[in-house]
Amino acid sequence: MDRTLMAGRRSFARRAVGAESAVWRLDGVMLVAVAALCVIGTLLVWSSTRTWAPGSTGLVKKHMLNVGIGVLLCGAVAMIDHRAMRAYAPLVFVLSLVGLGLVITPLGATINGSHSWILLGGGFAVQPSEFAKLGLLLIIAMLLAQPAEGSDRPRGLDMVLALLAAALTMGLVMLQPDLGTALVLAVITAAGLVLGGVRKRWIFLLGLVAAAGVFCVFAFQMLEPYQVARFTAFLDPRVDPRGVGYNSTQSLIAIGSGQVFGKGLFGGGQTTGRFVPEQHTDFIFTVAGEEFGFLGSLTVVLLLGVVLVRGLKIARQCDDRFGTLVAGTIVCWLAFQTFVNVGMTIGIMPITGLPLPFVSYGGTATFANLISIGLLQAIRIREQSFN
Amino acid sequence: MIRMRTRLVVLQVIVLAVLAALGLRLWQVQVVRGQELVNRATETRTRSVIVPAVRGQILDASGRPLVRNQTSLVVSVDRAGLLRMPDQGLPVLRKLGEVLGEPVSSLQRRITPCGPGVGKPCWTGSPYQAIPVKQKADTREALQILERQEEFPGITAEVQSVRQHPGGRAGAQMLGYLQPVTEDELEKREGLKAAFSGVDLAGRDGLEYVYDEELRGKAGLRRVQVDRMGKAIGVEEQRAPISGDTLVTSIDARVQTIAEQALQHAMKNAPQADGAAAVVLDPSTGRVIALASQPGYDPAVWAGGISAQGYQRLLSNATGKPLVSRALNGMFAPGSTFKVSSVSSMLRAGYPINGTYNCPGAVNVGDRAFHNFRGIGLGSMNLHTALVKSCDTIFYKAAYEQWLKDGGLHPSPKKPAKEVFANTARKFGFGRPTGIDLPGESAGRIPDRTWKKDTWAQTSGTSCKRARTGYPEEKDRSRAEFLKRLANENCLEGFLLRAGDSANFSIGQGDVLVTPLQLARAYAAIVSDGKLRSPRIGWATVRPDGTPVSRIEVPVVGKLPLSKKERLYIKSALSQVPSDGTARGAFMGFPMKKMPIGGKTGTAEVWGKQDTSWFASFAPTYDPRFVVVVMVSQGGMGASTAAPAAREIYEGIFGFAAYKKKAALPGWRPVSKLPKFRADGTVAARVVTAAAGE
Repeated sequence: MDRTLMAGRRSFARRAVGAESAVWRLDGVMLVAVAALCVIGTLLVWSSTRTWAPGSTGLVKKHMLNVGIGVLLCGAVAMIDHRAMRAYAPLVFVLSLVGLGLVITPLGATINGSHSWILLGGGFAVQPSEFAKLGLLLIIAMLLAQPAEGSDRPRGLDMVLALLAAALTMGLVMLQPDLGTALVLAVITAAGLVLGGVRKRWIFLLGLVAAAGVFCVFAFQMLEPYQVARFTAFLDPRVDPRGVGYNSTQSLIAIGSGQVFGKGLFGGGQTTGRFVPEQHTDFIFTVAGEEFGFLGSLTVVLLLGVVLVRGLKIARQCDDRFGTLVAGTIVCWLAFQTFVNVGMTIGIMPITGLPLPFVSYGGTATFANLISIGLLQAIRIREQSFN
Repeated sequence: MIRMRTRLVVLQVIVLAVLAALGLRLWQVQVVRGQELVNRATETRTRSVIVPAVRGQILDASGRPLVRNQTSLVVSVDRAGLLRMPDQGLPVLRKLGEVLGEPVSSLQRRITPCGPGVGKPCWTGSPYQAIPVKQKADTREALQILERQEEFPGITAEVQSVRQHPGGRAGAQMLGYLQPVTEDELEKREGLKAAFSGVDLAGRDGLEYVYDEELRGKAGLRRVQVDRMGKAIGVEEQRAPISGDTLVTSIDARVQTIAEQALQHAMKNAPQADGAAAVVLDPSTGRVIALASQPGYDPAVWAGGISAQGYQRLLSNATGKPLVSRALNGMFAPGSTFKVSSVSSMLRAGYPINGTYNCPGAVNVGDRAFHNFRGIGLGSMNLHTALVKSCDTIFYKAAYEQWLKDGGLHPSPKKPAKEVFANTARKFGFGRPTGIDLPGESAGRIPDRTWKKDTWAQTSGTSCKRARTGYPEEKDRSRAEFLKRLANENCLEGFLLRAGDSANFSIGQGDVLVTPLQLARAYAAIVSDGKLRSPRIGWATVRPDGTPVSRIEVPVVGKLPLSKKERLYIKSALSQVPSDGTARGAFMGFPMKKMPIGGKTGTAEVWGKQDTSWFASFAPTYDPRFVVVVMVSQGGMGASTAAPAAREIYEGIFGFAAYKKKAALPGWRPVSKLPKFRADGTVAARVVTAAAGE
């Protein structure tokens, strides 16, 4: 045996667990919460797919593989110095744009009615719009993290560039069309601008422009009829309980019938009978509600809350603008997606095709979410080494 | 960086607020509204399917089935399923129509739920129920559907039990029919609003209606767990159905058939006859042995849901409205058969039973002469002969005298009219339903002073208008003139009981109306113990395994206003009619020595129509075991149409017919013991006398 190699190994091991090791600077609480969410998500995916998935466990196995890959990606990203990430940001952004572009070429595929996939073969497919969230987030943070001379506000040019990047990404996503993701991208942009220190009046002005845009969308009927119908159904699900109101009515029934303690894993009759559509993806929270009851579904919300609050702590404790911006924007993204997803299942938000972070079935989304956790961890690890 | 930190704090507040909002809403949905949503979940997740109980049989007095169940292949349509299909399942229906040989439009109408603007033939059951479109599919049709299920989604063919009538048309009105139960009825009955896949029926007429509760049993329940597509994925609850009780009746299936045939023959012999009824009672018990009405219909038309034309046909004049039982609902003037009541009225009014009365050709009633039949005077006679020879003038005179005694047209308020004739008739059970165990019975009519006033109050408007305008649409001048005079008379004094009204009433003519059943039970009371009974068809109910459940008693509802001596006096007079009186011709050659028949003919005039032919009778005269009343509407003379029909019934009962020597009732007595059931519910062979009868 080569001694130096042995020594190298020892030193790697020592480095990995030693007092100086980055492992001890990881945010354990957040990681435990994320792990718990992934485990719960796996159980819920199993429960909601076991009656129809190939071999009963076909989908849950795939989900576990996705989570495994996601954890590896998370770990890999956490190793990277987030300031180096700043250099990669344009590359990631361009790649995500390319991905979105491919979707609208013949390489794109339609799954479950949304044309947002690229088939990789072997039963695997990616959804570039999930990566686009990361890409946009990073490029906006990169642009807005460098303040103008003698100020702590971003430069006007950077702001315009950030808006352009956002417009480009959202435009490509709307071509699919995927309103839910476009809304997440809008939230990411807004969060970047607000947290980046853009003047209030600019934010106000942009808000007005956005409001005018929304108004135009409705006024000139640029939405697909089903999107308008979903919104109408949200305002009053009784309008058409068999049609568009069906999803929200059925998901409310499933969650409510769980009562306080739930019907137990695999015990949910609404879940078994597949009354709620898309139950392993967008409506996975209904399974938690029915089978784990109020206590279980509240636990899911609280775990997500822990991730968000710990993320905000990381953002606050970070010394550099880029890290803070990235962390803050990630929290806004995850918070928005959590609120919209849970909210639509319990009838306080309109139905939008957004998955529940860490819980819903869906490879690309799982990857993107776990990568964002990796980013948060990377920021936390590095923030303290310069204290 | 400070600014960023501040904004991060604001962000944290927002995030916490959002989380709190989610938590609160979850609490509201899962804890506060939890139970409500559990109920809604159960509603969406389960389908309650009613499993119909096997309906009880209806048996005759010897245990022969009048109505039984027969399994058959039933083709049903799942309408809710069809509506979800492209084009509302029209292609599937079209294909089904080809297999069943029925136009699509007819199928569509039959599976459309009844509602405002949707008339028969529509679907009266639950919209979630599989709707039977053919109840007696043959195997070929069923196989075509079952073997190509992918071509017939939503169509099923399964074995179900349907009602079968071994007697065919005999007693169809009395037995009644079934129709699918409505959703409301089912909810009331089972206490739940259930979608049900089987066919559940409710009695809609006749015995099926009256004894519906006993016959139908208790439906079972299957609560099935279904998925979003309505596919059953498991059974949550199962309760087996309890079969209905068997109804044993006092009807004798053979006598019933004989009676129907006798009526058919009578109607054939009297070509203008448009309806007939026969009632056979056991006078000592008040039980019904046969209740026949013509025209009849085949009750098989109800099975499988009746078609539009089929239903209309049953209601139309062209077929003579065969749904209506003439025995209960046919109201006709009783003619001379009514004289038993009038003789009693005379006795009650104080006319001596041993007195001698003159029977002239005509008597003056008020300012009009009332004639005997054919205006022939019959000389002096007692009341006995007055009944046998059917003298009218004796009764005219007595009724007129009583009318005068009551104050004539204007009774004084101080001394109210006694109306002996009307009140005696009431005591014979006329003017009110007999209370038989069948629905929708008619009351008949006794035209007394009160009735006259009430009727006038309702009709004087029309009469007075007609009195002014006349009848210009009437082509026959003299008839128009007569009608106008009549209208004028009715307008001015229609509220008054005129002398002529009283006279007509005494011989069962004019406004008095009775049903054959009323007349039969009045005669039964005369020839038995003088007690008026509410006739019963149902005799007992037993469990399907033969365990007795309950015996149906015959209630006594009144007493004839006659002493035993007076009753026997009338009975003995009636006993002479077929041998010496008006019915002698009809009973020529009948073995009167073996089986003496008593009775009374009746021929009631109906304005503008042929006479109503009546014969009310009993046998044997020395110990009456049967009362037979026959009525033939527009049948002509009682002696020429109704009496021969009654004779035919007697010949059948006793086995006197030349072509059929076997007595329908061996021993010449009504069945007096309930049939015996074996442990498996089948009926043990009848007492051996059945074979040894003759």
